[in-house]
Amino acid sequence: MAINWFKYSSPASFYSLAGKMIPLFSIISIVLFVLGLYTGFFVAPTDFQQSEAYRIIFIHVPAAWMSMFLYLIMAGWAAIGLAFNTRLSSMIATAIAPTGAMFTFLALWTGALWGKPMWGTWWVWDARLTSELILLFLYIGFMALQAAIDDPRRADKAGAVIAIVGVVNIPIIYFSVKWWNTLHQGATVSLTQSPKMATTMLTGMLIMSLACWMYSIAVILMRTRTIILERERNTMWVSDLQGAA
Amino acid sequence: MFLWVIKRDLLLAMRQRADVLTTLFFFVIVVSLFPLGVGPEINMLRAMAPGVVWVAALLASMLSLERMFFSDYLDGTLEQMLLSPQPLSLLVLGKALAHWLVTGVPLALIAPILGVQFDLPIDALLVLTASLLLGTPVLSLIGAIGAALTLGLRGGGVLVSLLVLPLYIPVLIFGAGAVEAISVGLGASAHLSLLGAFLLLSLVFAPWAAAAALRISLE
Repeated sequence: MAINWFKYSSPASFYSLAGKMIPLFSIISIVLFVLGLYTGFFVAPTDFQQSEAYRIIFIHVPAAWMSMFLYLIMAGWAAIGLAFNTRLSSMIATAIAPTGAMFTFLALWTGALWGKPMWGTWWVWDARLTSELILLFLYIGFMALQAAIDDPRRADKAGAVIAIVGVVNIPIIYFSVKWWNTLHQGATVSLTQSPKMATTMLTGMLIMSLACWMYSIAVILMRTRTIILERERNTMWVSDLQGAA
Repeated sequence: MFLWVIKRDLLLAMRQRADVLTTLFFFVIVVSLFPLGVGPEINMLRAMAPGVVWVAALLASMLSLERMFFSDYLDGTLEQMLLSPQPLSLLVLGKALAHWLVTGVPLALIAPILGVQFDLPIDALLVLTASLLLGTPVLSLIGAIGAALTLGLRGGGVLVSLLVLPLYIPVLIFGAGAVEAISVGLGASAHLSLLGAFLLLSLVFAPWAAAAALRISLE
């Protein structure tokens, strides 16, 4: 049986699909958060160098990962929206931006909280911290540009251009700890080598990352639904929806 | 056509000389404010000079971005350019180069004089000028994207700074870094090569992105 994948690129059918998916992702995310936080706080051993303070990585690392992933995904959807003129793709890109900015801020903030006891300072101007800060500015620029344009189609396209231009920053953040001698330590986790940390720590971190993924998906779907309703408020199916409710 | 755009924009700039001079004096005033603000301690000023000059150059270049497309947008010339058979990205490249010639080049030429105020040695002054000559075209090219995106928007001037300044940061880091490197005796060639790489990359990609942005803004 051929599945018509394009069915859900219509905002109307995506709206109901997203409505069904939100509870699923929300529940998975809550379960994973509880599991991950439990592992992080009670199961993972105390680090012999950093004692309890290292436990911030259970939120810091997932948040930093998400901030970069979400930007790439946002730029990807924005590019698809720009290239194929699909309304829904652009709406998703718009919906991703606030969540991405939130995770970027969270990564910077938790990093500062960790930096104070470890490095003795809240902030250093090293390459990774600076490029992550630029990422926050890029998210804010994207949102500000879209907010300043009244016509939603023009806002979508203009946002797409600036999002795509900003993608150059992502590899810079990712490789900054390799390219420059920075205070921020290099990657501890990689796909090709065995991890340089205790297994329970790694498990906790991966569970937390998954939880952040699920949370992002749920929140982005919710925001997309709101954007769909706002943009399609004059259509038949929305007024039918209102009549049914 | 490409040369025609540059010639025309330069002619227009010459007819409105006040605009060009305002940008230049803005640059001079901002740089002169710093010694007044932080005090005339000569060693500190020497250490600060590259960053101060570069930040002022960034701001001066950004403030004049609006001129790049706005007057042409108002009188309809831009629409005619869009309709012309020449590739739009080439026209954008011409406009960005003209913008550089009227803002970036004067900035780079006056920067050594400001550097003397900060007691920079001769070799640092030369590197400062070289880094500005390599870096300011990148600013004009990246700025063209921002100017095209915010064309005709309310609050466009503030918005363009939010869009463009984050993208200017690498140029600032390596531009100011080149002067600092020569001051501490490390040699500036690595930084200048990176600036050159930025310039080549933005020469290839920025006109194209700015042309796409113009099409979106004028739809």
